[in-house]
Amino acid sequence: MSNYAIEVRGLGKQYRLGGKSSNYRTLRDTIVDTVTFPVRLLKGELRNRSELIWALRDVSFEVERGKVLGVIGRNGAGKSTLLKILSRVTEPSAGYAEIRGRVGSLLEVGTGFHPELTGRENIFLNGAVLGMKRREIAGKFDEIVEFSGVAKFIDTAVKHYSSGMYLRLAFSVAAHLEPEILVVDEVLAVGDAEFQRKCLGKMSDVAEAGRTVLFVSHNMSAILRLTEESIVLDRGQMVYRAPTRQAVDFYMSSGLSQSGERVWSAEEISAEAAPFKPIAMRVRDPQGKVADTLQSRQPVEFEIEYELSTPVQGLRVGVYLQTGRGEVIFTSFDTDEPELYNKYATRAPGHYVSRAVLPANFLNEGQYVLGINASAFRVRRFFQDERALAFNVDSMGAPGTQWPEPRQGPVRPQLDWRIEVLESAEKVRA
Amino acid sequence: MSAVTNPAASDTVIIKPQRGLAGFDLHELWRFRELIFFLTWRDILVRYKQTLLGGTWAILQPLLQMFVFNFIFGNIAGLSSAGIPRPIFTYAALLPWNLFANAVGDAGRSLVTNRNMITKVYFPRLIIPLSDILSGILDFAIAFLILVGMMFYYGIFPNEAIWTLPFYMLLSMVTALGVGLWLSALNVHYRDVKYIIPFLTQFWMLITPIAYEAKEIYDRIPEGLHWLFALNPMVGVIEGFRAALLGTPIYSTDTLWISIVTAITLLVTGLIYFRNMERTFADTV
Repeated sequence: MSNYAIEVRGLGKQYRLGGKSSNYRTLRDTIVDTVTFPVRLLKGELRNRSELIWALRDVSFEVERGKVLGVIGRNGAGKSTLLKILSRVTEPSAGYAEIRGRVGSLLEVGTGFHPELTGRENIFLNGAVLGMKRREIAGKFDEIVEFSGVAKFIDTAVKHYSSGMYLRLAFSVAAHLEPEILVVDEVLAVGDAEFQRKCLGKMSDVAEAGRTVLFVSHNMSAILRLTEESIVLDRGQMVYRAPTRQAVDFYMSSGLSQSGERVWSAEEISAEAAPFKPIAMRVRDPQGKVADTLQSRQPVEFEIEYELSTPVQGLRVGVYLQTGRGEVIFTSFDTDEPELYNKYATRAPGHYVSRAVLPANFLNEGQYVLGINASAFRVRRFFQDERALAFNVDSMGAPGTQWPEPRQGPVRPQLDWRIEVLESAEKVRA
Repeated sequence: MSAVTNPAASDTVIIKPQRGLAGFDLHELWRFRELIFFLTWRDILVRYKQTLLGGTWAILQPLLQMFVFNFIFGNIAGLSSAGIPRPIFTYAALLPWNLFANAVGDAGRSLVTNRNMITKVYFPRLIIPLSDILSGILDFAIAFLILVGMMFYYGIFPNEAIWTLPFYMLLSMVTALGVGLWLSALNVHYRDVKYIIPFLTQFWMLITPIAYEAKEIYDRIPEGLHWLFALNPMVGVIEGFRAALLGTPIYSTDTLWISIVTAITLLVTGLIYFRNMERTFADTV
């Protein structure tokens, strides 16, 4: 028997990008299409109806039994498609994969949870959905409840749970799944920090128990901690495979993590974005140089370059600033100020750059991610990419760096501290 | 089965694009039998949660329908009921009809309602409409108790034909599954199905001999067109139910065979269509 638990050869998945926004059709569409078919045939519009794109193309790799493989790549690189194919949720369009062993896939926690059912009922239901046998679930029931920490509410309908409790229960079931091969998507992106730590701990137990794991995450520190080897995906293709540290370095430095500048190519922009067309997003240092590492004690400028093909009313273009772990620090739009809001009530067609400066002494050291959003409030969202551009902040010379210790929290403001001497000890003694 | 210690060769899965007609994998379905059980159990649990009357609805629904039908078709239209007391004549027909109609409605919407599961976890998709249909059996069983009570009350005792009852129940479920498979798979691509279901069941109810005898129709249409009426498998089911429980005659075995063949055709074509649409469910639902 081969020593590989997962063998993937030339795997590919093609999606149809319809001209339509909805991914399902009504009978009327089909009837209209049938009726207008001759007309469109004459006009030569047929081939524009739907575009085929490869979400995953010609990917080959193998994972040895008992190894943990990380999968790195930005949004839309094909990570989720890969996991969906390997967990058999969707079929590949090309190539094949051979999986030797019982697969447990965690593309999400709490799949199959029903809000009307109690925690107890949902444990059984979710366990069964994840492929556990009834006896297996019954045997682990107490353990699951204990891990979740919601024992008191186990007979309460989960719709009354807080979102934290819900997640803890859902993860507990998933964590007690004992497949030979575990396929895990970004399930850790949710929950509070403490819960994330608990999950990561449980995840490394899984890895140590000799199971084969395929782990996808945006969280580079989790990837580094849990995996020995990683593959890097970009635009559906596997571009790198190496020991994790090297793979992460490659990903961060090759521009795949889009440090400093992110340029959108035509195929990355869906047809729904029109008339808004994002061109690029950049982060600049005070000298105006595009940089991927910036100083905490200097201001940081970021800019969004875009085009409008028709006038847009009420457009706002803005950013989300997030930590490397995806916690949002703030959201800000270019027309937040009433003055600009009034001036750009309707934005004429043209080529634009929206710029903003983040003040000096604002961010702590670490990795940050900028997301972009272009929308008209309550009318339409033209374009959104939550993780468009990553950059690093170095705290060299920032206040407090005389103590060489890492500081908690995403911001590192220079505060106006004052120390008042209310009573001098010398005076007291005197 | 803790497969961790026993990496059997049977656990090897090859994932590749399917070409041509998809086969029907009974073995796979059997492996997932516990999931069928759990989803059926969920559907039953959820159905009457946060309702005031709970399981009573399983009885109320056919009882109220029975009163209305008796009033309209018996008192106003004056249709005959084959010499059987009209309440039990109607009620005996409403049981399999509701089993069928509820199953078709639930199963037809099932894939879209369970979209979340379909896009995140693998299992034979057939389990979803199947468990919706199975969960209806409990309602049927509850309502059946009332029927037993009514039979005692009217002093109607079944003859040996009672043994054919499970067969007719199966026939109604086969029909429901066939129709449910078609509708649920269509619903993934065409959300029109959502609007078609209530209309379809209403229309179907009228052409099914629930409030009247099948004989009434057969007597009124030319003999050459009898097959047309019998194409509806529910005609066979309702006639069969009454025959098994109340001892009324079946109009003709020929028409019963037509019903059986239609039901099986619906199921087989439904399975084929469903299996071949299944591979794109997760991408389009």
